[in-house]
Amino acid sequence: MTASLWLGRLLAYRQLTVGLVVIAALVLLGLVGPLFVDVSGAKVGSAIPDLTPSREHPLGTDTVGRDLLSVIIVGTPLTLTIGLIAGVIGLGIGSVFGFIGGYYGGVADNVLHGAADVFLTVPGLLILVVIASATKGAVNVQTEALVVSALAWMWPTRTIRSQVLTMRERGYIQVARFSGTSGARIIVEEMMPNLLPYLAASFVGAVATAILASIGLEALGLGPQNQPTLGMTIYWGLYYTTVMRGLVWWWLPPILIIVLIFVGLFSISAGLDRIMNPRLRSTA
Amino acid sequence: MPIGYVLRRVGVFLLVIWAAASINFAIPRLSPVDPVRESLLKVTSLGASQGEMDVLTQTFSARFGLDQPVWKQYLTYLSDLAQANLGYSISFYPARVADLIVVALPWTIVLVGLATLLSFVIGTVIGAFMAWSVVPRTIKVIGPPLLTLSAIPYYLLGLILIYLFAFLTKVFPLGGGYSVGMAPEMTPEFLGDALRHAILPALSIVLADMGGWALGMRGMMLTVQGEDFMTLAEAKGLNPGRIFLRYGVRNAILPQFTSLALSMGRVVSGAILVEIVFAYPGVGNLLYQAIRSFDYFVIYGVAFMLIVAIGLATLILDLMLPVLDPRIAY
Repeated sequence: MTASLWLGRLLAYRQLTVGLVVIAALVLLGLVGPLFVDVSGAKVGSAIPDLTPSREHPLGTDTVGRDLLSVIIVGTPLTLTIGLIAGVIGLGIGSVFGFIGGYYGGVADNVLHGAADVFLTVPGLLILVVIASATKGAVNVQTEALVVSALAWMWPTRTIRSQVLTMRERGYIQVARFSGTSGARIIVEEMMPNLLPYLAASFVGAVATAILASIGLEALGLGPQNQPTLGMTIYWGLYYTTVMRGLVWWWLPPILIIVLIFVGLFSISAGLDRIMNPRLRSTA
Repeated sequence: MPIGYVLRRVGVFLLVIWAAASINFAIPRLSPVDPVRESLLKVTSLGASQGEMDVLTQTFSARFGLDQPVWKQYLTYLSDLAQANLGYSISFYPARVADLIVVALPWTIVLVGLATLLSFVIGTVIGAFMAWSVVPRTIKVIGPPLLTLSAIPYYLLGLILIYLFAFLTKVFPLGGGYSVGMAPEMTPEFLGDALRHAILPALSIVLADMGGWALGMRGMMLTVQGEDFMTLAEAKGLNPGRIFLRYGVRNAILPQFTSLALSMGRVVSGAILVEIVFAYPGVGNLLYQAIRSFDYFVIYGVAFMLIVAIGLATLILDLMLPVLDPRIAY
């Protein structure tokens, strides 16, 4: 497919494009922001504490002397990184489970698919709280990503499995099987390319689940204490009762960024959904 | 209802409980943090030498049975759990964890139960109407903004609500479960006061959750509308209200109940954080205080008890499904 055709498609799928643009803008904020703002201001004690917004500190400073604009610029990529790592792990585990369960069936399918269903009904945040409180103090962004990825594999497993189940009976898969192609090759060469939009949607879902869980853990105070992720910024905001003191410039920006992340991810997955289900296009 | 289905479903429930209990047992023991030592360090923060600390730790480990072989600890642990013995709170010693939970649980159940019910009913109704051709366009445009709200975690929406309706306009209280100076009792004044405190937390769950239900219902209604029996119903000249309710909604609502069973865990996880934001006296706040004061037994107790509660809720919903949809044969 040529580049111009891809561009045409991208424009046709407005929702997908909007989502991609929002997420790209947030990534850019983390990449380009440090060129304009001195991010060393995100360190404790780098500024006079409790300042209201001014030219020097557009979002003011917090009680331990961090410039809140720097905190946002440093924190946004940290939170996105957690989502990315956990999303990759979640999609990886989900793909392995989904393909094995869906393609081979039998006992393996019962166990994997059953586990996914059971874990979906369990309040995952609580399991994460138990894990995170046992490792409290030693958490950084990477370990937190590992912890939240424990929650990010169930939806990918379900989606991929159900797609593989229907695809398995298609003609071209049967032909490949009867001509003696190995199961692994069929999965990688025949199925995966056809499931790309589903894999992409599963990935986006896993990223969203992971970010939601990470922010939840952080709001409980179980995140990295020394890294200003968005959730930790909210935790400190709660800790210093900023909402009740009306310090809007402190608590609102991290919330807005988080909302943008979720709206962006949601638009991407809704956009992908339209590509996969043409039926939805006419009705919306 | 076939007995095999019931047995299998109850079996899965027991499996979940056992797995949750085992995780609760295993993780603290795999962790480098020694809760006994941590708490003793806290209690005796002033003046205990290294030697005295070791003796104390040993004494307390023996007191809590931590010097036994692991399999024996595990069996004791399971039998304790079966008797709802979750151990003692370290911060509020000698309060029992189970007692702390019993005080906090009703607040959470009422808040989460009401909020879930409201968002499910309102969202489903809106979703059904959004897919009905008779309905004016004004109702249909309600979808996108609702969905945007559903992209926001409950508790962040809660923060915004607190700011708008408790800080700026002071329509509702800033937080807490009831006004200072009141005692929890079943009087009309207290219930009214508690209700006033519950509105904002409940609203943040309802607003954020409605969109998902509306979207799910709308999607199912559109699918059902393509079915042959809908065409037949129209051809027979049945009145549109009857087609809508008895043919459309009746069929489209079943997957909503399946989703309800699947979403309980998510809702409760979210509600825990809502309670913290509003300082609402439920188990979420209990958990938050426990995390802040390293009160491990309370953390594990709350986590375990909530997993059991949600497992039970899901079990009940799942057992109700075949009753709601006679076509389901397990």
